Amino acid sequence: MAVTDAPKIITSRFDLDDGHTLARYEATGGYQGLKAALARPPASVVEEVKSASLLGRGGAGFPAGVKWGFCPPGVFPRYLVVNGDESEPGTYKDRLLMERDPHQLIEGVLIACYAVGCSQAFLYVRGEMALAQERIAQALNDAYAAGHIGKNIHGSDFSVDVVLHWGAGAYIVGEETALIESLEGNRGMPRLKPPFFPAAKGLYLQPTIVNNVETLSNLPWILTNGAAAFAALGAENSKGTRIFAVSGHVKRPGVYEVEFGVTTFRDLLYAPVYGGGIRHDHELKAFIPGGASAPWLYPEHLDVPLEAGTVGKLGTMLGSGAVVVFDETTDMVKACLRLVRFFARESCGKCTPCREGTTWLEKILERIVDGHGRPEDVNLLLDVCDNISVGMNWPPKQTTICPLGQSATSPIASAVMRFQDEFEAYVGGPAEITVDVKGPAFVGPVRQEVAADA
Amino acid sequence: MARFSEANLATALEIVSRYPRPKSATIPLLHLAQEQDGYVTDDAMEHIAELTGTTPVQVLGTCSFYEMFKREPVGRYLVNICTNISCQIMGGEELLHHAEHVLGIKAGSTTPDGLFTIEDVECIAACTEAPCLQVNYRYFHKISNEEFDEVVADLRAGRRTDEIPPHGTLARVRQHIPADRAAGPADPAGVPEPVWLSAHADAAEGEEA
Repeated sequence: MAVTDAPKIITSRFDLDDGHTLARYEATGGYQGLKAALARPPASVVEEVKSASLLGRGGAGFPAGVKWGFCPPGVFPRYLVVNGDESEPGTYKDRLLMERDPHQLIEGVLIACYAVGCSQAFLYVRGEMALAQERIAQALNDAYAAGHIGKNIHGSDFSVDVVLHWGAGAYIVGEETALIESLEGNRGMPRLKPPFFPAAKGLYLQPTIVNNVETLSNLPWILTNGAAAFAALGAENSKGTRIFAVSGHVKRPGVYEVEFGVTTFRDLLYAPVYGGGIRHDHELKAFIPGGASAPWLYPEHLDVPLEAGTVGKLGTMLGSGAVVVFDETTDMVKACLRLVRFFARESCGKCTPCREGTTWLEKILERIVDGHGRPEDVNLLLDVCDNISVGMNWPPKQTTICPLGQSATSPIASAVMRFQDEFEAYVGGPAEITVDVKGPAFVGPVRQEVAADA
Repeated sequence: MARFSEANLATALEIVSRYPRPKSATIPLLHLAQEQDGYVTDDAMEHIAELTGTTPVQVLGTCSFYEMFKREPVGRYLVNICTNISCQIMGGEELLHHAEHVLGIKAGSTTPDGLFTIEDVECIAACTEAPCLQVNYRYFHKISNEEFDEVVADLRAGRRTDEIPPHGTLARVRQHIPADRAAGPADPAGVPEPVWLSAHADAAEGEEA
């Protein structure tokens, strides 16, 4: 077990009743990272963040410093948009960061704006998070009054407004170009690529950096303590610490900040300070390692470290740090239906494979769960998935503008390949699988048979 | 009948002024309209179109995309019960059925007295606290059937109003940027390289040389 004594970088104020107030924030080292940043040239702040190897914490895991560098030189104004539209099923971290430590996020926003040269920042908070909106509004008002935001911050030539913006209920708005569309007052539909990064053309077609709440919340610590201290924590491609929300059938569901890259899934699920083991001492059946979009993992993967590269090689991802644990009593067909229903409901409707595919997947699964399924429906599920994301490979092939559609194929390929017997019990007969499922995470009895036939 | 009141118009204009382009204020103004009337009226959408320099149909187009905007009245208390994966496996669907039974309505409908609307919603980011629900977007974590009944009884009796404002009200604290501290919105067509970048760029070149 590797439960390390790594410092709490971003959750250090979570246990304080007044951690969200300016007074407490300033008394516990607040706005010192901004002060340190303002004392050096913006380019060196970018270098500091690059050398910290801070991976984006939103889901895609792209290095933050590198993303900043994609802004075309000489094109201004640049904008910063904070993605606080946390809605990936199983994910529960950004809401806490916004409710319990809003100033830490705001300080991170200011450091990023200074480094990249953004003239205005928009903090997009999910619509359903009323308390987070209140806490951030209050924090912004207090920070303006104290001279931390606005014109000539801390007496320097750095000036920027941070505007609180809030959504109105749409998962797809977490996709960065949909977020920008929403911020422009439109329906939250993803934009056609290229350009692949809003850093080239984003808000109002200007260079725009979109960063996740957790990513930005790391910046004050990095600027205060140095990139070297941050990069000393974690493993090869996963530096620092990371928040994981462990939910489902564990004894101690909770939100835990752990050292990235070295802590294992076994630690996270079983260590007394984290998940504490499976409820009622049941057997572990499967777990989702990184949100509803991630292919599932199983008991044989427990000793895998929470390291982005290692988990990627297994054919899945750490995504948004959402670990959902299923014990032996879980009906995997019903779990699969619920996840697919989510994607069907949240598809924006722009691309046909996603709009039609997720809808039909939901209908077929409903038929199966209602007891009206046919044995051939099991293969039909995979066939529909194959039309949304050819081969169900990893990383998934995309037939659509954004990754939502292909995400819906993860729970299906995971459940069907591993728990084919549960589907067969529902449909009342053996299912013949003819679709070639390529993703390495989709393993189980079926996969072995297909391999044997080949 | 349901254009913005004088006080809300002032708030709306302040919100619009924070954005480089007024259309960006569409969603915040739709929320303001819903706060005023409990739902978004046609008149409010016309007023928003005037304030954001768009057309009513553009406002409707945006409004109709987002689940939180209701274009007809809903209950004073909107009860959103999560049945997504973490809640599903911890009893979220049973909680939903209990709520439907207690209130005598199906998800998606409103009690005849206009007090409660139930919705079966997607993940609301409280996964480690499953099963969970929101009443007017205020959280209730790890809620049992008995606790649900208590909340309903309290709301029927007019209690908990400090904790839970009527449907439509989200944050009860608004951002206010003081005029003397404002850096101002960044016009996409007219903002040059920020001074703190250009000043340091020269300095950096000097250092290297």
